Amino acid sequence: MSQPRTIVIAPKRGFQLIDWRELWAYRDLIYFLVRRDVKVRYVQSVLGFLWAIIRPLSTMVVFTVVFGRLAEIPSDGIPYPIFSYAALVPWTYFSSSLTAATGSLVGNNLLSKVYFPRLIIPLNPVLSNLVDFAIALSMVGVIMAFYGIAPTAAIAFLPFLVLLMMLTASGLGMWLSAMAIQYRDVKFMLGFLSSILMYAAPVVWPASLIADKFPEHGATLRLLYGIYPMAGVIEGFRAALIGARPMPWDLIVPGAISALVIWLSGALYFRQRERFFADIF
Amino acid sequence: MSRPAIEIDHLAKRYRIGLAEELHDTFGGAVLSWLGSPLSNLRRLRRLSRFDPGDDADVIWALRDVTFAVAAGEVVGIIGANGAGKSTLLKILSGITEPTAGRAVIHGRVASLLEVGTGFHPDLTGRDNVYLNGTILGMSKGEIDRKFDEIVDFAEVGTFIDTPIKRYSSGMHVRLAFSVAAHLEPEILLIDEVLAVGDAAFRKRCLGKMGEVAASGRTVLFVSHNLSAVERLCERSVVLDHGRIVFAGPTAAAIDHYLRHTLDDGAALGDPQRRPGRGRVRFTRIWAESGGAETVHLTSGGEASICLAYRISGAQPIRKVRVRLGWTNLLGDPLLTCINDLSGFPIPQLPGPEGTIRIHLPRLPLNAGTYRLNAWLKSEREIEDLVAEAGELTVAGGDFYGTGMSIPADCGPLLADHSFEVLAPSTAAGPAGR
Repeated sequence: MSQPRTIVIAPKRGFQLIDWRELWAYRDLIYFLVRRDVKVRYVQSVLGFLWAIIRPLSTMVVFTVVFGRLAEIPSDGIPYPIFSYAALVPWTYFSSSLTAATGSLVGNNLLSKVYFPRLIIPLNPVLSNLVDFAIALSMVGVIMAFYGIAPTAAIAFLPFLVLLMMLTASGLGMWLSAMAIQYRDVKFMLGFLSSILMYAAPVVWPASLIADKFPEHGATLRLLYGIYPMAGVIEGFRAALIGARPMPWDLIVPGAISALVIWLSGALYFRQRERFFADIF
Repeated sequence: MSRPAIEIDHLAKRYRIGLAEELHDTFGGAVLSWLGSPLSNLRRLRRLSRFDPGDDADVIWALRDVTFAVAAGEVVGIIGANGAGKSTLLKILSGITEPTAGRAVIHGRVASLLEVGTGFHPDLTGRDNVYLNGTILGMSKGEIDRKFDEIVDFAEVGTFIDTPIKRYSSGMHVRLAFSVAAHLEPEILLIDEVLAVGDAAFRKRCLGKMGEVAASGRTVLFVSHNLSAVERLCERSVVLDHGRIVFAGPTAAAIDHYLRHTLDDGAALGDPQRRPGRGRVRFTRIWAESGGAETVHLTSGGEASICLAYRISGAQPIRKVRVRLGWTNLLGDPLLTCINDLSGFPIPQLPGPEGTIRIHLPRLPLNAGTYRLNAWLKSEREIEDLVAEAGELTVAGGDFYGTGMSIPADCGPLLADHSFEVLAPSTAAGPAGR
């Protein structure tokens, strides 16, 4: 590993930016930590990585029965199962990454035993959950084939949406993990925060509902709603995979801007707090 | 001195230790404080990472004004009692925690070993753990690839390398962990107590490996409680006491200073404000006497006294006193405990404002060796003061049994008057056997 030859250790003051050179120097560690996470996740379970499909799939069944059949929530003319599954794939990734990232620092004995860029710890679940995400995503193809839906050219936007989803998860992850190490309240808050975030996102309902309910301010409200990055990500996933609607750029653009803001501020906050981690973890 | 590898300049580290929780006498008071607790909790938690001038009550300086330099290729030991700041110093130099003031400059590639097997996961195979632990310690994947066979050989885990390590014996686990650490090749190595692992044979091998490391021209900073290991490995040592350097020089002199002063120096009892207890009485100094003169060298079988000087603060009388003096080995296992009222020396009231309690042992029943002392004092069943580590004391081998023969160290630490008899079969059947 190419560390600088001379290291100066002194109290740091003010804001620190992310040291990309240092992160690059620790790339092997990132790789092995992510690998550990992935290898250990389903160890000693019978179904193993099938769980990556079962979790969103069973939620899909519940949502289809409760929201699709009983509550008859509209689904943009798409069969409700594929409508909700296309949303649950990014959502499951987002919520499990966020939960894992938030708890990643608390009680982590690596903090007091060895130095490496602390940022690696909350970023690790954001990377390792991509494996589950990819498996769950492959299932979308199966369900689409079942309903006879062919993918459209919009699928080319998928990598960008994945990036946006990772950016949001890691940005919030940095905020919440650095807070959770000092205030354990965050851990208790996370349970309902994540269900609030889910119902706030267009997982069980379509974002088109906004314009339907408030026809005169529909366009403005959608732009405002788009500030919540997962709104654009989820509607974007539907558009990219199923192609029933055009890409919702009016949600994605404000979402991308706010995701960047969350990420940069999260990184600053994290870097500002990390000097205390080893003392208070 | 040649080119310095580590330059430490007025390094200081401040920690906040939590103040004792308030206690409430009434149910109403408890309820009120419970209702207000979110606010006070918030204040308390915020203070974990903030220091305001004026709140010195629960702030301690783990390190203060530490300045020294280590030349390239030098092996330097750091010794001191628990809480002297040894580990804090290594943590700062490793970059784990930030100093409050001062700075350190390190020239060269550093690796720190504060623990072996950091990041080991029980469900992963030995192979996976070697890579994980290796990269955590700062090796690159390529480096581990090259040394992998050597690491496995040294650890003697053989074919188990592809088995999850939760199936390993604890010995294998430790050997694998140490083996990864032993194959680090930094220019500067910071080591904390890692030799205290495994069985005796493995510890010996670890020490051998450490000796190789030290001899290979690497710069090593070595923190340990194991004075003999420090003596063997380090030519120079630094003695820390309450965050300050109290001695720096040749290891033999440093160890001598450390042993002498931990007992000799009243300051070794630590800051009385930080010790547990109600504090109406505090020990001010603890020392040993033999033949009426202060000493740090006692003789087994010889006459010995331990003196506990105390000071009473406040006008309240200190009644129903119970004083306890404990002797432990270096591992902290209790060997001998003297408690005044158990042995029939009640102290109804302590004379004030200052005084000394002397515990007299006419014939010290301890074999040659190094022992640690601890002491506490209770009055009316409440702890007033507790000194968990009052210092180390060496006992020289003496003629305990008056036979002119010395007792080997492997006979254990305790000596007692006894007799031997050989009983013939006919008398053995008798009732008293005398």
